Amino acid sequence: MPKLKRRTFILGTLGAAGALVVGWAALPARQRLVGAAPLAAAPNQAALNGWVKVSTDDAVTVMVPHAEMGQGTHTGLAMLVADEMDADFSRIRVEQASYDAIYNNQAALLDALPFQPDDDGYVKRMTRHVAGRIVREFPGLAGTGGSASIKDLWLPLRQAGASARAMLVAAAAAQWKVSASELRVEAGRIAHASGRSATFGELALAAATLPVPYDAPLKKPSQFQLIGKPARRIEAPSKLDGSARFGIDALPDGLVYASVAMCPTLGGKAKGYDASAARTLPGVRAIVALEPVAGGIGGMGGATSGGVAVIADTPFHATRALEKIAIEWEHGAAASVDSATLLDDLSRALDTQAGNTHLERGDVDAALAAAARRITAEYRVPFLAHATMEPMNCTVRFKDGKATAWIPTQAPGFARDAVAQTLGIDAENVEVVQTLLGGGFGRRYFTDFVVQAATLARAANGAPVQLIWSREADMQHDYYRPAFVCRCEAGFDAQGSLVAWKTTSAGSSMGAPAMIDMSTDGASNQAYAFPAARVAHLPVETPVSVGIWRSVAHSQNAFFVESFVDEAAHAAGQDPVAFRASLLAGNARHLAVLHRAAELAGWGTPAAPGRAHGIALHRAFGSIVAQVAEVSVDADRIRVHRVVCVVDCGVAVNPNHVKQQMESGIVFGLSAALHGEITIENGRVKQSNFHDYAPLRMNECPAIETDIVASGEAPGGVGEPGTPPIAPAVANAVFALTGRRLRTLPLRLT
Amino acid sequence: MTTLNINGRDVDVTAEPDTPLLWVLRAELALVGTKFGCGKALCGACTVHLDGAAVRSCVLPVAAAAGRRITTIEGLAGRQADALRRAWLDVDVVQCGYCQSGQLMSACALLAQNPRPTDADIDAAMSGNLCRCGTYPRIRAAIHAAAEG
Ligand code: FES
Ligand code: FES
Repeated sequence: MPKLKRRTFILGTLGAAGALVVGWAALPARQRLVGAAPLAAAPNQAALNGWVKVSTDDAVTVMVPHAEMGQGTHTGLAMLVADEMDADFSRIRVEQASYDAIYNNQAALLDALPFQPDDDGYVKRMTRHVAGRIVREFPGLAGTGGSASIKDLWLPLRQAGASARAMLVAAAAAQWKVSASELRVEAGRIAHASGRSATFGELALAAATLPVPYDAPLKKPSQFQLIGKPARRIEAPSKLDGSARFGIDALPDGLVYASVAMCPTLGGKAKGYDASAARTLPGVRAIVALEPVAGGIGGMGGATSGGVAVIADTPFHATRALEKIAIEWEHGAAASVDSATLLDDLSRALDTQAGNTHLERGDVDAALAAAARRITAEYRVPFLAHATMEPMNCTVRFKDGKATAWIPTQAPGFARDAVAQTLGIDAENVEVVQTLLGGGFGRRYFTDFVVQAATLARAANGAPVQLIWSREADMQHDYYRPAFVCRCEAGFDAQGSLVAWKTTSAGSSMGAPAMIDMSTDGASNQAYAFPAARVAHLPVETPVSVGIWRSVAHSQNAFFVESFVDEAAHAAGQDPVAFRASLLAGNARHLAVLHRAAELAGWGTPAAPGRAHGIALHRAFGSIVAQVAEVSVDADRIRVHRVVCVVDCGVAVNPNHVKQQMESGIVFGLSAALHGEITIENGRVKQSNFHDYAPLRMNECPAIETDIVASGEAPGGVGEPGTPPIAPAVANAVFALTGRRLRTLPLRLT
Repeated sequence: MTTLNINGRDVDVTAEPDTPLLWVLRAELALVGTKFGCGKALCGACTVHLDGAAVRSCVLPVAAAAGRRITTIEGLAGRQADALRRAWLDVDVVQCGYCQSGQLMSACALLAQNPRPTDADIDAAMSGNLCRCGTYPRIRAAIHAAAEG
């Protein structure tokens, strides 16, 4: 049974390395709460454990390890602490914790393990345990991704809050000589029936001298005061008056700026250059050749291009001088790459190769052979750029053998190591200041721009250097969402029931290919109970550097699966909602989401004249999302008017931000579905800026209505699951409206 | 030397006349609330007001701004700005926030001209401001709320 072999292999791999490390969750509760290094507290501040500080003016500071890139994680994490503490949420502050192995984001990798959604068997639990131990010590995964922040810290931060509360209560009890059980805590104030009361701030210093309790009881969900209720984003005001600081806003004393021209051919570099005209321009400090950077992670990625950079007094001086440098390029291995050919090659590879099996259920070959009717289809999706609003940038100062780096990064551990390696110093001598991120979407896991900035810092005589990529560099030197081709086949019996399902995709593998290939995420672990099924992926590596893009492989696979399920429904002569429901028998959470979306969208009653509905359902990162798109077509232009979105994400810690993230995921996915395409000719990315890689704009944005299914399950992710279903929902609506099945993204009628 | 009037104050800057205003604000004056997104007037992240009108500072030579009233997000104030900020918080518009300075500058310029914009007016005034986080539906709602409030 191939599936079991695969699991055993993973278990064995992780087990071998896992034995060498001591994981964080394996530690007693003491270490979990205290943190590896004591918190720095100001004189009027008391650190009650590794996560919480209370100051005498009643402000409660929560240390958050995860990057805030728009997903609302700072607010959500602060809510976990504040609720268990019974703190006054208006007095909660958030401080970005520095990189520390204890905060490793274990949940991200665990979700990538190839299990069925409802499989919670022994092997899975064991594997998760061992994998968790490795991941927590593995610097690169101390990152923010996989929609995992809340999942990851759901228990630890609540424990931290409960423990801090217990210390404050104990301090009050000691001062007033009463039993702790007689005290009530509300909104940051502790009170006794005798009328005595004190605020957290008044008790903080005394509380800090008491022992840290490790077993403070947690609230039952029915006792939550904040969790589950809408809360405003904690850092929002700073983003409305210009005071929020992103990576590009780092302003250390003596700052100089750098601009880089990279080889237009992917993976190429500068063979030589003539900078005589640039060197004499005002404000120019240094001109530096940059080698290609292997900024990949976990077997994904690949080398980026080398180039030439100018360090100058201002960004303007740097870019102006750069334009005056004549660079001769060495185009490298990708010089003949053409994305159109590449997609055709992927398709041809599927003529002869079966790929690696990621899911095998029943005897699919026999079931297809015996089927009364079969349908087949081929789907294609292109490379995509991340195009975060804040272009790649990084500021590094290297002085006296020590470095400080201001980095908008999703992976401070990787970034720190990249700086250290580039400068040839120990990681302990690198201080990483994690800033706010102007979008991440997976791009900021990679460290190519960090290595470049560290290289430039070495040439700046101790001055901090801020490297800012142009939008063109950002667009043309990304780690692209891999292009995939997928062949799908379904078989029906004489009664029209679906009896066999087979999909094989081809494209770059996603994830460490030898260990965990995430390429079929969302296809091999979808929820449909196909009687016989095989899902396979054929890894075909290309010179194009690829990476993780919001929702990882779910963005491709939801399009394949949810489009082809729709095709199967129509082939079976069934309503797409009823057909999906018939394949979900017994899966109550999926069924509830599907039916709620259909109901809210008015499924079954005709859409307005000239419009039609399409539906898609997809599970990713522990959350189930259904979307119904209402579309029209005007002069071959697809217009999406309204999207109904229903999500079951377990406990919705902050319903407001769950809705925000659904909207965000939908707009991001729609940008890709309607416009998104990176094409490569002669090894060069053709798109360069927002005119030819065009995100959705206000005038194209549909009305979005989101409904959250009430749930007591542990929280699932919300930053990514909103993205995958929208492309198939729109494609299915276009089919319903026009009878044309669009199997290639972006969706085009001409 | 160029004299600029920024957020109500005159300041002398040394930047060469063809320097885009964006980089003068950010690198010379440390007013980093105005953001760089594309450098080609395609995204709106760098939007400031020039005599009250929304302009893209990434393509505006500093010489062209001399003698005009420049307002950046740091200096954006007044009844409409207050109403917009309040609505932005009430509707919880913001996500990563990187585009939001530009969004507010464009929205405020819109309300100054047109205190009761329709959806079509909002499309026309705001479609030059990209948001990769997809805050458009909430921006629309917040502009309507501010216009009514
Ligand atoms: S940076 Fe000026 S419009 Fe994009
Ligand atoms: S809020 Fe992130 S780009 Fe608009």
